[in-house]
Amino acid sequence: MSGHTDMVLVDENGMRIDGRTAEQHRPIKIEAGVLHNADGSAYVEIGKNKVLAAVYGPRECHPRHLQNPEKAIVQVKYNMEAYSVSDRKRPGTDRRSIEISKITAEALEKVVLTELYPRASIDVYIEILQANAGTRCAGLTAASVALADAGIPMRDIVPAIAAGKADGKVLLDLNKEEDNYGQADVPIAIVPSTDEIVLLQMDGNMTRAELDHAIELAVNACHEVHDLQVDALKRRYSKDREASE
Amino acid sequence: MERRNARQTREIVVPGDVLDGTGMKPGDYAYVQGGKVRASVMGVRNVFQNTVGVIPLRGCYMPTSGDTVIGVIVDIGPSNWLVDIGAPYPAPLHVNEVPWKVEFGDTSRYLGMGNVVLLKVLSVDESKKIQVTMKDSGLRRLEGGRLVKVSHSKVSRIIGKSGSMISMLKNMTDCRITVGQNGMVWVDGDEENADVAVRAIRMIEEKAQCGNLTDLVREFIESKLPQSEIDEGDE
Repeated sequence: MSGHTDMVLVDENGMRIDGRTAEQHRPIKIEAGVLHNADGSAYVEIGKNKVLAAVYGPRECHPRHLQNPEKAIVQVKYNMEAYSVSDRKRPGTDRRSIEISKITAEALEKVVLTELYPRASIDVYIEILQANAGTRCAGLTAASVALADAGIPMRDIVPAIAAGKADGKVLLDLNKEEDNYGQADVPIAIVPSTDEIVLLQMDGNMTRAELDHAIELAVNACHEVHDLQVDALKRRYSKDREASE
Repeated sequence: MERRNARQTREIVVPGDVLDGTGMKPGDYAYVQGGKVRASVMGVRNVFQNTVGVIPLRGCYMPTSGDTVIGVIVDIGPSNWLVDIGAPYPAPLHVNEVPWKVEFGDTSRYLGMGNVVLLKVLSVDESKKIQVTMKDSGLRRLEGGRLVKVSHSKVSRIIGKSGSMISMLKNMTDCRITVGQNGMVWVDGDEENADVAVRAIRMIEEKAQCGNLTDLVREFIESKLPQSEIDEGDE
């Protein structure tokens, strides 16, 4: 957002540096049930982002003072590996990961039927193995697949994707260069069945018209991501069936 | 046979999928939104009379009163034990609910840490507080043998239609097997036989989606344990 570059992020034909148009997202790969010891898990690749999510629970909530006698709480831990970015990232919790953990937990709490499990806790661990802009969206996408894989009752599966602005144009799913040298980044997560927005952040500057356009782009793309999430979950069981027959 | 085929073609749904939009009532793990019934867990779509629900494929065990479960003692208090029954909540077993006369503070003499017990769920209230009892026929401490943990949603496959699978397992492997509703299975028998029984149970869990599972398991056990005199009694 702050950096400057002579790089042409969007050329005169509307092509981006990785060969996408403004309204294309990066290739997405989703796989459910990749970890054996977790109750539910998912692996997501969005372009060069590689994310692993694991879900445990519902289980007894510790520490006790966090328990809510009326509903379960969703605890998320977002963690970037030290090797996930080109410069070594100092391992451990920082301001950024606390923020992302919080917004992810709040987005997931909107869809999980937490009132079914009073006093319990549902723990979600998001590990960023490789980062290339848009990891909070990839993390949330993976986490909601992992929750469904864990058999936790929820209203819907949450997809997330970012839109943004670079070289003065509104683009979908920014990559590293567009994020660093662009003007704005707007990650969005929705509940596909109702089109409710459960996550919306903006960093940078955009006009109102540009923001509306960005939201429209991202919401449409979220529905595409949702189809891939559903497909990944269903594939898990058709695969099981094929393997055993 | 027809019913079994029908079960095979049942549709897998994920949270948010529309189960019905024509005015059926929501069943288990389903909710209504904007006049449509939607699924709330990943599972198999299940229509029963006028309701449509989901049979979950995964998920944690939620106790209901009357369930027979197998638990492990994880904590001992002066007048109760805490039992892990695989639910998200601890299950306290009070001294009044055991078949022995226990003096206050003398609990550890009867059941120690790590002991395995066969219990019944007495009650679960709306805040999910569980009470379990050992005061019923057949409920006891399980000694010897081994404990296998499977997903609780596979318990019905292990038992089989009117107990066909479990009785076959017991007959063919000559083991004592007790299945708890919470997915804990206790197997006791000869080293070799118990080994096969445990592997058969693991196989049932893995291949729970398959048709004619009973035949597959029978073949498996026959290949591992050549059936001689037991076989006749089985048929």
